Amino acid sequence: MRLSDAARSAIVRLAGQFPQPRSALLGALFVAQEEAGALHPEVVAEVAALLGLPASEAAAVASFYHLYRFRPEGRHLIQVCTNVSCLLNGCRAVLDDLRRRLGIQVGETTPDGRFTLKTAECLAACEAAPVVMVGPDRHGPLRPEQIGEILERYA
Amino acid sequence: MPEPFLLKYIHEPDQGDLDAYVSRGGYEGLRRALAMRPEEVVDEVERSGLRGRGGAGFGTGRKWKFLPRDPAVTKYVVVNADEGEPGTFKDRTLMEGDPHRLIEGIVIAGYAVDAHQAFIYLRREFHRARAVLERAIAQAYERGYLGRDILGSGYHLDLVLATGAGAYIAGEETALLESLEGRRAMPRLKPPFYPAVKGLYMQPTALNNVETLCHVAWILARGEAWYREQGPPILFSVSGHVQRPGVYELPLGTSIRQVIEAAGGLRPGRAFKACFPGGTSSAILPAAYLDTPMDYDLAKLDVYGAMLGSAALIVMDDTACMVEVVARTVEFYRDESCGKCTPCREGTVWLSQVLDRILHGKGRPEDLELLDGIARGMTGTCFCPLGESVPPAIYSSLRFFRHEYDHHVRTGHCDVKTAVQV
Repeated sequence: MRLSDAARSAIVRLAGQFPQPRSALLGALFVAQEEAGALHPEVVAEVAALLGLPASEAAAVASFYHLYRFRPEGRHLIQVCTNVSCLLNGCRAVLDDLRRRLGIQVGETTPDGRFTLKTAECLAACEAAPVVMVGPDRHGPLRPEQIGEILERYA
Repeated sequence: MPEPFLLKYIHEPDQGDLDAYVSRGGYEGLRRALAMRPEEVVDEVERSGLRGRGGAGFGTGRKWKFLPRDPAVTKYVVVNADEGEPGTFKDRTLMEGDPHRLIEGIVIAGYAVDAHQAFIYLRREFHRARAVLERAIAQAYERGYLGRDILGSGYHLDLVLATGAGAYIAGEETALLESLEGRRAMPRLKPPFYPAVKGLYMQPTALNNVETLCHVAWILARGEAWYREQGPPILFSVSGHVQRPGVYELPLGTSIRQVIEAAGGLRPGRAFKACFPGGTSSAILPAAYLDTPMDYDLAKLDVYGAMLGSAALIVMDDTACMVEVVARTVEFYRDESCGKCTPCREGTVWLSQVLDRILHGKGRPEDLELLDGIARGMTGTCFCPLGESVPPAIYSSLRFFRHEYDHHVRTGHCDVKTAVQV
């Protein structure tokens, strides 16, 4: 798999914003991940080459951060915050309900490829605890009975 | 009590629109700053008494004075927008609600320290803040508040929105710089390399928190004398078992009890049990400390690790099991430890194992001493503040809630969950 010209030029553009192109690595990996669905080794190598880095360097950086994925996931990522403020406000019930509804465990993807379920460390939205993010959208404070309706919004 | 100003415009429907911002006097602080000499701007910020709002509380003006004045040296401004400590959400609120205030603060900081390039290191999870900031930055460039010859002053500054990728440790300032350079977010040794002297690309760097720079914009707009009359104000992120969790702007030194009252008080029929006054890296305080002022003197309490931190008050009522809360807290630091140093990497895992077995009814009487011993092994030995954030919760919970640990170990059950139907 190779990155498209559009993705490659987006990465070159990112690199041009910084005094040292390597600074664009985190952003460039997201460009690649979005296009390829996951950071497959050949895609990581391509990003690295564009920024003048050894592939091993880019892979080592990618593996450090939580938001990169190395296998494809569902179309919508559901992140359930389980840290203290959300714990105190009932995130367990929300997580249990999501597991039941989707029929999957944390870290898994629904068979139709629609949702991937993950837990998250603090999402910095404790005023909305218990809080869940679906893709880029924040939902909370969430009661289990609202979950069905929210999931319906994501095809 | 003075009127809140930091939060004044965050609920306006025109959030982040440049015209609305300017019509309310926005960018007047920048105009004023550009008419002053850079050193005068630094002095004004120093005289205002502003202390950094990222958690460490170092004087902002003083910090800027550490940067060399030599015009031949390239300097940078870096904004720490990687808020992610459990309980904190004020920076996100500011960025989503009043983005031009932050941009104004950044340009003032850049002018004050003679930098021509600034970066916002934004948490990847902040999608809304990113969209709002992208629009605001584009508007600011279009209208001459960023870029070349800002407001005809001859000063120029470029601002780039950089991204995090999910790592709590990247909020530590030197780890943030590593991340911004495209590396794993592992902290650098300091001293000797404080960012003000050797920061981004080993160049002098003014590294400030989002809230701090919003204060700077207000200080320059209204003057340091006005600012000092305001309190000084501080943003409290209040969450947990309160009726109206949210961000509250109150004077520094407001008591824990008053902050809780501002957030609507406890849920009906529930009694206060404990709180983290300054996010999960601070000690847990019981009811006896409710009248303690929330200020930098918190650290002088007789409780190890009590601190204001980034003013994230997490409130727990009588339905909270302390062993569970501490176990969850330690789990966070375990998962977020960068692994660079042994006490943090090993200590958090070990603590987590012990807490887990106590929580699941398999605790042993000697586990309490073991927890204390592991925490002692981590105290003062970790490479950066992340590892040092763990012992306070252990020490304080063992001191104030030892009976809960004892009950778990003795009976294999939680007395809170049996006493209160939750």
